[in-house]
Parts: sequence; structure tokens; C-alpha cells
Amino acid sequence: MNVADYTRLGAAALSGKVRSGEVAPSEVVRAAFERARDIGAGPDALNIFLHADEDASVTETKEVQEHLDSAADVGILAGVPIAIKDNIASLGLPTTCASRILGGYVSPFEATVVTRLRANGAVIIAKTNMDEFAMGSSTENSAFGPTRNPHDIRCVPGGSSGGSAAAVASGITPIALGSETGGSVRQPAAFCGVVGVKPTYGRVSRYGLVAFASSLDQIGVLGRTVDDAAIALEIIAGFDKSDSTSSDADVPIYRVSALGKPAPEARQPDTEAMRIGRSPVPLPPPPGPETLKGIVIGKPKEYFPDSLDPSIKSHCERALDRFRSMGATVRDVSLPRSPLAIPVYYVLAPAEASSNLARFDGVRYGLRVDPGKGLKPMYDATRSQGFGAEVTRRILLGTYVLSAGYYDAYYKKAQAVRTLIADDFRAVFADGVHAIFTPTTPTPAFPIGAISDPYEMYLNDIFTVTANLAGVPAISVPIGRVRRLPVGGQIIAAHFDEYTMFRVAYALEAALGAEAHQ
Amino acid sequence: MTRDRYEMVVGLEVHVQLKTRSKAFCGCSTDFGAAPNVNTCPVCLALPGALPVLNEHAVQLATRAALGLGCTVNPISVFARKNYFYPDLPKGYQISQFDQPLATGGSIAIGKDEKGDDVRIGITRLHMEEDAGKSIHDRYPGATAIDLNRAGVPLIEIVSEPDMRSAGEAGSYLRTLKQILQYLDVSDVSMEEGSLRVDANISVRPPGQSKLGVKTEVKNMNSFSAVERALEAEYERQCALIDSGGKVEQQTLLWDGGRGAVRPSRTKEGSHDYRYFPEPDLRPLILDTGWIDDARKNLSELPDARKKRVGEEFGLASGELDQLMVTPALADYYEAVARQSRDGKGAYNWVMGEVSASLRASGQDITQFRVRPADLAQLLNLVRDGTISHTAAKRVFALMLETGKPAAQVAADEGLVQVGDEGAIAGWVDEVLHEHPEEAARYLAGEKKLQGVLVGFVMKKSKGRADPKRVNQLLSARAG
Repeated sequence: MNVADYTRLGAAALSGKVRSGEVAPSEVVRAAFERARDIGAGPDALNIFLHADEDASVTETKEVQEHLDSAADVGILAGVPIAIKDNIASLGLPTTCASRILGGYVSPFEATVVTRLRANGAVIIAKTNMDEFAMGSSTENSAFGPTRNPHDIRCVPGGSSGGSAAAVASGITPIALGSETGGSVRQPAAFCGVVGVKPTYGRVSRYGLVAFASSLDQIGVLGRTVDDAAIALEIIAGFDKSDSTSSDADVPIYRVSALGKPAPEARQPDTEAMRIGRSPVPLPPPPGPETLKGIVIGKPKEYFPDSLDPSIKSHCERALDRFRSMGATVRDVSLPRSPLAIPVYYVLAPAEASSNLARFDGVRYGLRVDPGKGLKPMYDATRSQGFGAEVTRRILLGTYVLSAGYYDAYYKKAQAVRTLIADDFRAVFADGVHAIFTPTTPTPAFPIGAISDPYEMYLNDIFTVTANLAGVPAISVPIGRVRRLPVGGQIIAAHFDEYTMFRVAYALEAALGAEAHQ
Repeated sequence: MTRDRYEMVVGLEVHVQLKTRSKAFCGCSTDFGAAPNVNTCPVCLALPGALPVLNEHAVQLATRAALGLGCTVNPISVFARKNYFYPDLPKGYQISQFDQPLATGGSIAIGKDEKGDDVRIGITRLHMEEDAGKSIHDRYPGATAIDLNRAGVPLIEIVSEPDMRSAGEAGSYLRTLKQILQYLDVSDVSMEEGSLRVDANISVRPPGQSKLGVKTEVKNMNSFSAVERALEAEYERQCALIDSGGKVEQQTLLWDGGRGAVRPSRTKEGSHDYRYFPEPDLRPLILDTGWIDDARKNLSELPDARKKRVGEEFGLASGELDQLMVTPALADYYEAVARQSRDGKGAYNWVMGEVSASLRASGQDITQFRVRPADLAQLLNLVRDGTISHTAAKRVFALMLETGKPAAQVAADEGLVQVGDEGAIAGWVDEVLHEHPEEAARYLAGEKKLQGVLVGFVMKKSKGRADPKRVNQLLSARAG
């Protein structure tokens, strides 16, 4: 398959060509690897992948081919290459979380999301680089070197799902999986000019996602277009009996690519999840004054501070104008407790992390450094050498806030404020607002090494972290460029209302057209 | 005496393994005795990305235990992580419950005081948690081996109030608790297999003082009597320490049964900060009040209620009931025999006599006992209607045990059916008097006390078949 064609096509179109027999799945996978070589995805350039095996991936397409040959249903992602963040357990390729402590670790089981993608014909071609254990906003915290932004190799791609965002942005795969705890999909999506989705907490099974902060973690999707992201989410969403926090709420059809055609079912080999056969968006192309008729878009003042980069602000205003021109009402709203989100997040997330990362102790798997002086020195040496600086900082922070005498002042107080932040969102949505629009990040991508103060780095997540704390779904879509670097706009919807989130996102994507990348 | 100057105050923490087929948070088997690390999976090995899923059966059993101990089962309880590092704790935390346990506020009666009132021991709380694995320090020189088969097995922890005032009371509490849990069928409650473990908190104080003294925690007891001995030893140690001007220090001690003394644990328990916080991987456990009510209604009969009912039905004394009701299986056996023979007293004598003796001799459990209740009831019936003598009955019982045949058949096969026929008995009496001329002469001359000896000879000659009442009557008649 011609590489130029490959990078132009979305997941739905690629899968269509594979199903119609126009291209073989093995050719699609070869094209993905060819593109990776062309663009310089290797460790000496963009450093996007931690693990990839072209021959194994091509071999994997055999099964898809066999289904095609026997005229069996091959699934809605037939032959589509997908990259997976390295903190999602996969059979075959290692799962290291970009940490020395899991160097070379191969999981004996697979994450539910990976199983669901494969069941729909997708081919996992690589594990992507990330901030170690998903702790970071730039992918500079990888033990295996930073990933570079395909739009400007001097800049970070964002993080922690920087490798996944870069893989999609550079045209290697139309879809990649990332994970979110405080903005780790949306922020790199914005920095790399792609679409990034954080689903409602509980929408997607966490089984097989290496835990960072369990009450905030969600697997998310990155796509070149809204439709790419929608297809992927539709497949991975839904109840999983292996994750007690996954929801049994119905999963609608999110794909706009299914519009007007009989939509093939997304297959879930393992679940009881229900599907509603509701086609996604009444979106007559091109978008017109009726497209978002009756939709109320909330513009929260706390997310448009005076300090906001004026170029980002003007891109946001342009997007809001497009909403109005499509028949939506834009309403000023307030999420008054949102400014407390960063401190709340940096109490709760490290607290859970300090416990979640206790299992990396050198006893059963992964790195063991044993000075031969007994148990405690083995623990000390293994964990000191296995974890990087940011992970160590957060484990210490989390251990501190959970300690006797500090628990009430930090963890308990932070939980109480978290509830208030979520209440703010509920109140706005209960008041007739269908979606909230904000900038995804306060700035575009910054140069590698530019931010050394951890707190300054944490502020990258200031507009995204609230959705994690509140558990609501959010998407970042490209809304333009600032100094040649992409910036994103964020659409936040009510709990389990990804449907509306996608509807608004499709409309914005269509209305902006090429402007989204200008 | 020390005992007059210091009062012993004891509270017990009892861990009980629930009788589930699979572990608390994964599908692995809970079988005891499998090869090391066979019953493990990504969840109980704490592999990266694995998540716990609560075993519903464990919740059912824990709820049943809580209700049986008179606790209030909370409609909402919360799992929490107890964080600490140890090689046999794969996740680096134990999933337990902390400030919102499954159940609170129960009590059990462990006996009567001098006034005849119940002595009750309060139960502070009952919560669910998972077991850790096993560290084996003595198998490989210079290394510790880890077996994670037990990691994730469901436990309940039952915490008592500091209501016990002697080692004996602690022993009674444990025996009563064990019995109740057996009746509820929630656990094997075997200290040998580790399905029941006891940690004891003990302090001393002058009588009349309401403030509690500084406590120590004593671990590593492998039997109830070891608990009692450890408490005695620790009580003496604390008293002696205070008498010599010292102060009791809060610490964890290990019972050394061989030396009959406690020694300090190597780990400094007091310095542990477990950093409990709600387990984010599990939702709060919400129990429907209707479900809890159903569980209460379906609770099996508890020992005290059963004693009362059986005592009234079969006219047994309190001490006799205590013996019979010690385990639900023995109680079931007894009740079946008593009901089918309509002879509560006779059933008691047999169950506590021949049956218990055979069980002791063979080391068997009553549930595996060859003579089933219906067979024993038939034997009792045969004795009562005079078909076989009491002497013969013991032989019949022995043969039933040996052959597994029913009582009537054994009695018939062995010719042990009692003979009441005057002629036959008279014949045996004549023969005995003839074969023992000396005793016969003395007896007939009026030495009445020899009658017993002669009856014995007749019974022996008749192989137990002669009706002893008739033999006595005939002999008395001969003596004139």
C-alpha cells in the first residue's frame, strides 16, 4: 500500500478497504512501519515507540486475512494498525511503563481494551513511549529518553501519552490508546494536533492498565480525526466483569462514519455490554445553521483567565463563534471550585500512587537489585534504582499525605474538595448546559528541558485535571496553531454523555475544516 | 497474691478463614495443601494491571458470622488498603476494612456467673479482609521462600471488647466463638490448619481502676490452651514488672510454647503506620436491608438455642447438653438417634459412651462414623423391647461398627437375641450350679452376695442372651 495513501486515510476508510479486499491487512501494517521509518520514529529521532516488532505484527495479520478469505466477519477495525501506550498490558510486546523497574517485563495477560480491539480486527503494532508510570506532562520522564513533537522536534509532545499522540500525529497509526489521570491524553493530543478523548470514569475497563491513581485513571483514545477516536472508544467502552469500577451503562454508536449506512456492530468478546443502535450525529455536510440547534455550550470563566495566551484565547473565540453559527447558544458559566483542582489532584493522585506502586518491590517480577544484606536493603536498592525522580517524588508525597496525623489535613480534605469540584460540573449540566468548552492547555508545546520546576509542569494540566476529578468525559480537538504549534479546544460533557461530546466535536471539526490546523 | 493486687484485662482479635471455594478477590482455589504457588493468578500475584473483584460468597459467609455473633451488619461498608511492605504481601497492601467495617456491636455469652447471669463478651467489630501468603524461612539456607497460595484467601477479623478478666475466660470465649462459627458453617475453624488465628491484647490494672493499663499484644499461639498459658505468663510478667517499679511498654510479643514464655517480636509493631485509605479499585459494599434480613432469617440454630430446645425435648441436664452440642455434627447425630429411638437419656449414654470412645480410638469424625444414627436408634429399640440384653448390645454395637450391618441382623446372626424362655434359663442355671459346686453350696446355704457372681456365670454361659431379670428371679427361687 502506498504510504501517502495510508497516512491520508482514517480508520474507517482503511478498514473498509481491507474488508472490500482492496488491500491486504499485511500491506496496511507494512505501510505503517514504512511510515514510521520515513518519519524517524526510532530512538535516535522522535523516539515514539518503546517496543515494536514488524515481522510479528505482519504475522498477526494472518488471522485477519483468514477471516477475510473465509468471508467471516472481520470487525470494524479490520487490519487497522494501532499503537498502545506502554502502561497497558499486552501479550507479545513488553509492558514496561517506560520504567527501569519493569525493564523487559512481558505481561502474561492482556488488558480488556486490547482484547476488544483485536476482536474487531485491529493489529497492535507497537507500545508507545510515555512518562514513567504516566507521571508527567511532557514524556521527558521516560526512562528511555523523551519523545519529540512531530511538529517541532525541539518541543515536547506533551504527556504522559506523548508517544501515542506522536504516533497518530506523524501518521504512523490512525488510532492509538493512551491513559489519563489528569489530562495525559488530551494535553498531548492538543500539543500534537490530534484528537484525544478521556471517557467518563467507569466507561472503559481498567483491567490491564497499570494503575497510577485508580480513582482517576481511565484509558483514553487518540485519533487523527474525531471519527477515529469515536470508533476506538465505541469498541473499548462497556462493562467488564474484571473491573469492579466499570459501568454497565449502555454504549451508543459514536461513529459518524456509520452515518446513513447499516453500522456493523462493535464486538465485545467478553461482555454483557449493551448497544443502542443510535446513529451518532445528525450532521448534514457541510455544517449549517441547524447543526447544533438547541445545544447550549457553557463557557466557564475560570478557564479563560487574563493570563491565558492571547493566541489561544482568540482560537477559542473563533471556535465559540463557529458553535454560534451552527445554531448553538454560548452561555457564560462558572465552575468556582476548579482553581482548587491542581492542589487536590497532587494530594490524591500521589496518595493512590504510593500504594499502587508498592507492588514493584523486586520480589516477584521486574528489576531486583540485591546488595545481599537482607530484605530492606534489597527493597531500598531496587526501588531507588528502579524508579525515576518524578515517580520517587510522587511516592514520597503520597506516603506523606496518607501518614498518621496528616491524613485528615490532606487526603480527607482533598477528597471533600474533589466532591465540590464534581458538584460544580453537575450543577452546570443540570442547569441546561449540554457541553462545556475550554482551551485544553494554557500554552502550546514547550521546548524539551524548558520546564524544570515540577510545580510549573503540573500547571500544564490546569484545564484538564478537573474532568478527571469530576469523572466527566472530555475531548480535545485541534482548533488552530500558535507559532506553528497546534493548540486544542476541550469539550466536556456530563457523566456518560460521550454521545453529546462527540456530536459537538464532530460539528466543530467540520466547521473549522482546514482552519483547525492553521 | 498478685491476683488480688492486679486485675487481668484481655481483648482478643480472631482471624477466621471463610469456607469459600475461591479467593476473596479472584477465582483461584482456596484448597489447603496444594503445591506452592499453584493457586495463583495475575490478581493474587499482584501483576501490573490486575484488579480485584469481590467474591460474593465471602460476603454471605461474613454476614452470616456477623449476625450469629449478634452484630449489626452495616448496609454500607468500605474496603480499605492497609499498606505495608513484606515479601508475602504481593500488592504491598492488604485489602481490609477500616473505619467502615462490615459489622459492629455484637456479643456472645460464654457461661454463667455465680448469680446465674450470662457472662457476655462484647464484639467491637467484624470486618472482611484478605490473607497474606506464607514466608518459609527454614527450607532454603540463607533464603526465604514465598508461597502465595494463601494470598487473597478471604478472612474475617473478629475484634472483642477488653471484657475478659482471666485466661480461663479468654479460653471460654474462644471455645464459644469457635462453636458458634461451626454452627453457622462459615469456617473450618481449625487452629492447626491456620483457619483460626488468635492475637491477644492484655493489660493489668489495680482492681477498681476503670482506666486501662498499657497493653501488649501476644501472637504466635497455636492452640486455645496455648492462648491461656501465654496470657498467664504475660500477666505474671507485667505484674512483676510493675512490682519492681518498671512500666509496661506497648509492644508485640511472641509466645514461645517450648520455653513457656513470651519474647519480643523482631518487628517493631508500634512504629507501623499502615496509611489506610479507601480501596479505589472496589466500590463501597452496599447490602440491601432486605438481603440482610433474609440472611438473619435463614441463620442456622445457634448452640444456646439448640441446647434449650433439645434439653426440653429430651429431658437432659445442662452438663449433658454441653457435651452433646459441642459440635453441630455431634448434635445432629445425637438428635437423630434420640428422635428415632424416642429415648433421649439412652441416646445420650450411647453417644457419650460407646460412640465417643470409638471415635476417640479411631480418630474419626462423627460425620464419617460407620454406625449411622438410624442403626444406633434401632439398637436402642432392641434393648428397650427386651430383644437383646444390655450386655449383648455392646457386642452388637462392636460388630455393627466392624461389619456395617444393621443391629437386628447382627443380633440374629450372632444368636444374641435375648432368651426369656423359663425352660432354657432354668437349664443354664442348673448347669452353672452343677459346674460351680462350691459357690452353689454357699449360695444355697444363704450367702446372698454370691447371687451376682452366679448371674454372671449364667450370662456368660448364655452368651448374654439370658434375660438377667429372669435369671435373678430363678436363682432367688432356688435359694428359697
